[in-house]
Amino acid sequence: MTMIAEQGAPAPAAARTPLLAVRGVKTYYGNIIALKGVDIDVHRGEIVTLIGANGAGKSTLMMTIFGKPQAREGSIVYDGRDITRMPTHEIARLGIAQSPEGRRVFPRMSVYENLQMGASVNNLAWFDEDLEKVCTIFPRLRERLQQRAGTLSGGEQQMLAIARALMSRPDLLLLDEPSLGLAPLIVRQIFEVIREVNAREGMTVFLVEQNAYHALKLAHRGYVMVNGLITMSGTGRELLADPQVKAAYLEGGHH
Amino acid sequence: MQAETRSRPPVDWTRLIKDAGFAAAIAFGLFALLVGLKTDQTLNNQMILVPRPQTLFALVAAVFVGRLLIGYWQATRAEGAARKKPRSNTMLKLEKYGLPVAVGFLVAYPLMVLFTVGPQGAIKWIDNFGIQILIYIMLGWGLNIVVGLAGLLDLGYVAFYAVGAYSYALFATSEPIKDFMAQIIGEGFWQAWAFWICLPVAGILAAFWGMLLGFPVLRLRGDYLAIVTLAFGEIIRLVLINWVEFSNGYAGISAIPRPSFFGIPFTAADNGFAATFGLEFSPIYRTIFLFYIILVLALVTAAVSMRLRRLPVGRAWEALREDEIACRSLGINTVNTKLTAFAIGAMFGGFAGAFFAARQGFISPESFVFHESAQILAIVVLGGMGSLLGVVIASILLVGGVEILRELDFLKQVFGDGFDPAQYRMLIFGICMVLMMLWKPRGLISAREPTVYLKEKKAVSADLVQEGHG
Ligand SMILES: Nc1ncnc2c1ncn2[C@@H]1O[C@H](COP(=O)(O)OP(=O)(O)OP(=O)(O)O)[C@@H](O)[C@H]1O
Ligand SMILES: [Mg+2]
Repeated sequence: MTMIAEQGAPAPAAARTPLLAVRGVKTYYGNIIALKGVDIDVHRGEIVTLIGANGAGKSTLMMTIFGKPQAREGSIVYDGRDITRMPTHEIARLGIAQSPEGRRVFPRMSVYENLQMGASVNNLAWFDEDLEKVCTIFPRLRERLQQRAGTLSGGEQQMLAIARALMSRPDLLLLDEPSLGLAPLIVRQIFEVIREVNAREGMTVFLVEQNAYHALKLAHRGYVMVNGLITMSGTGRELLADPQVKAAYLEGGHH
Repeated sequence: MQAETRSRPPVDWTRLIKDAGFAAAIAFGLFALLVGLKTDQTLNNQMILVPRPQTLFALVAAVFVGRLLIGYWQATRAEGAARKKPRSNTMLKLEKYGLPVAVGFLVAYPLMVLFTVGPQGAIKWIDNFGIQILIYIMLGWGLNIVVGLAGLLDLGYVAFYAVGAYSYALFATSEPIKDFMAQIIGEGFWQAWAFWICLPVAGILAAFWGMLLGFPVLRLRGDYLAIVTLAFGEIIRLVLINWVEFSNGYAGISAIPRPSFFGIPFTAADNGFAATFGLEFSPIYRTIFLFYIILVLALVTAAVSMRLRRLPVGRAWEALREDEIACRSLGINTVNTKLTAFAIGAMFGGFAGAFFAARQGFISPESFVFHESAQILAIVVLGGMGSLLGVVIASILLVGGVEILRELDFLKQVFGDGFDPAQYRMLIFGICMVLMMLWKPRGLISAREPTVYLKEKKAVSADLVQEGHG
C-alpha cells in the first residue's frame, strides 16, 4: 500500500511494460485544469478500477485517453505507441473501445444496428460471430435485436452500450460508470460480465466506478482520484481494507 | 381489433357540455363589455352606450359550439390512440410499395397528360406541375441526406442549387470556354453536348462548395449550424448580385443553351429532333425530354441515398445524427462523415441547379433567395425526416398546391375580379405547416425503416419499433 501511483502495481506486473501508460497527464477545459498530472498503468490482462468523488476528473481521464479532449502535457502510450495527440477514430482503430458515461446508445436505431456500429471499426469482419457472442453474454439483447434502442430500459441500454463496445474486439476496454442508475441485481450481472470477458478472453479492462465496493472487489488493482490527482493506488483488496478509502467511498456499508 | 373498433366507448357528453358551458361563460364575461356594449355619439355630441345583444349572443354561442366540437374531437382521438393501431407498419409498407407506384406514375405522367389534354395544354401540366415538382423532389431528396440522415440542419441549401445553376450557365455561355472546347472537341460537338458535359462539373463544384461550408461548421450543431448555413446561403446570393463582372449581377444570365437530345437539338431545323424522327415540330418534345431528365436525376438521387444508407458511410451519418460523442468513441471519423454528407447533399443540389438553368434558359439571383431554402427544408420536414416517399408527397402538396392555386380562376367569380388566389399562397403554406405540425409533429411518414431486417422473424410488435412522439 503506497500513497504514490507509480509503485502501485504488483511485483510481477511491474516487470512488464504496461499496455497503457499514462504519464503526468494534464488536461484543461479552457483555462480550468481538470487533470493535474495523472499517472496510471494498465497491464495486459488486468482489470483496473478508478474510483473518486463526483467531479474528480475520472471521466475526463477516460476521454483524454481517447483523445477528446487532448492532454496538454504529459504522454499516453498504448502498446508502445504514443497516442497523446492522435485523433479519436485512429485511437479506436488501435484496439481500444470505450463505453462512455451515460450509455449513449443510438436511440432511433435498432439494437442490431447499434451493434453494427460497434463493429464498424473493423468493417464488420467478425460481425456474425461476435453478435452471437454478445447475445450469449446478454440474452436480453437477443430478444430485442429489432427494437429501437431508445425504447430499451436503462439497464438494457447499458448492456447494449457494453455489448457495442465489445463488438469491436478491443484489447483494452474503457468503461465509464457501467453501473450508473441500475438496480443491484443488474449491477452484479454487469460486473459478472466484465469479470468473464477478462477471465475468458484476457481482455484488459479499465473501469471507472462510483460503486466502489463492487468495483474494487472485481479489480486486480485500483486507483483513487481526488481533484484531478491520483492519491492512492494498490490492489483491489488493499484499497478495500484501507481506512481512508473505507471512510470516503465505502460509507453506507455494502453488507 | 375489429370488435373493439365497433364497440367504441361512448363519449362523455355531460362532461363535454359542462366544459363548453364553462368556456361560454368565460366568453360572456370577456365580451359582455367589450362587444356587448358599443360606445357611440349622438347627433348632439353625447356619448351613449348601444347594447348589442345579438352580436354578443352569436359570439358566446360560437365559443360554446366550437369548444364542444374540439372536445368531441379530442375525446374521439384519445380513444383512437388508446386503441393503438399498428401505425408504423402501415407506414413502412406505404414507403415500401408506395415508392414504386409513385415512380411508375411519374414515368407515365407526360404521356398520360399528352393524351388527355393534347399537346397544346400539355406543356403547362408537364412543365409547371411535373418538372417544377420534380425539381423540388430532387432538392428535397438531396437535402434529406444532410438534414434527414446526418442530422445537420442546413438552412442555406439553395446556395448549392445556385452554384450548380451558375456553373452551368457560366460555362455554357462563356466565349473563351467555347473557343477552347471548339479546339479540342469541335464547336458543333460542344454546342450539342454542353449540358451533358457541364452537368457533372456543376455537381462537382457544388460538392466542393459543400465541403467548403462543411469545414467551418464542423464543430457546430443545431441552431448555431442553422445560422451559419443560413448566412452562407445569403453570402452566395449577395456575391452573385454584387460581383457583376462575374455573374452579371441582378440582370442575371440569359441565352443559356438548352439540353439537346443526346446531340440532336430541339429546333425546327432540318437536323432538329422533330425532323430527325419524322415528327411535326412542337415545343412539347423538349418539355417532355426535360421532364425525363429531371425524373432520372431525381431517381438517381433517391437510389444513391437509399444505397448509401446501407453502406458504412450512411450508417455513420445516422449514428452521427443520434449521438456524436458515441460516434467518436466507436472510432467513426466524424469530420469525414460530416464533410461527405455536406458534399454529397450539395452535389445533388448542384445537379438540380444545372438542370434548372438549362430548363429556364435564364437565371438571376432572384431564383436563389432564402425562401427557396425554407421551402426545400419544409418539404423534408413535412415529409418526415429521412423518408423518401414523404418528400414526394410533401413536394406535390406544397409545390403542386401553389400551382393549383393559380388555376382556381372560378374563385374570381366568387370573390370579385381583383381576387388572385396565388397571392394567398404564403398564407395557405403557413396554415398548412402549422396544421401539419399539430397533426403529425414528426412529418407525414415518420417511421424509420431499419437498414437491416433479420431473417428470423422475431416477435417484436410494431409499436416497439414505432417512433415516439415528442
Ligand atoms: N466540457 C467541460 N467543460 C468544462 N469543464 C468540464 C467539462 N467537463 C468536465 N468539466 C469539469 O472537469 C471536472 C472533472 O469532471 P469529470 O466529468 O471528469 O468528473 P468525474 O470524476 O467523471 O465525475 P462523476 O463521478 O460525477 O462522473 C469537473 O469539475 C467538471 O466540472
Ligand atoms: Mg464521470
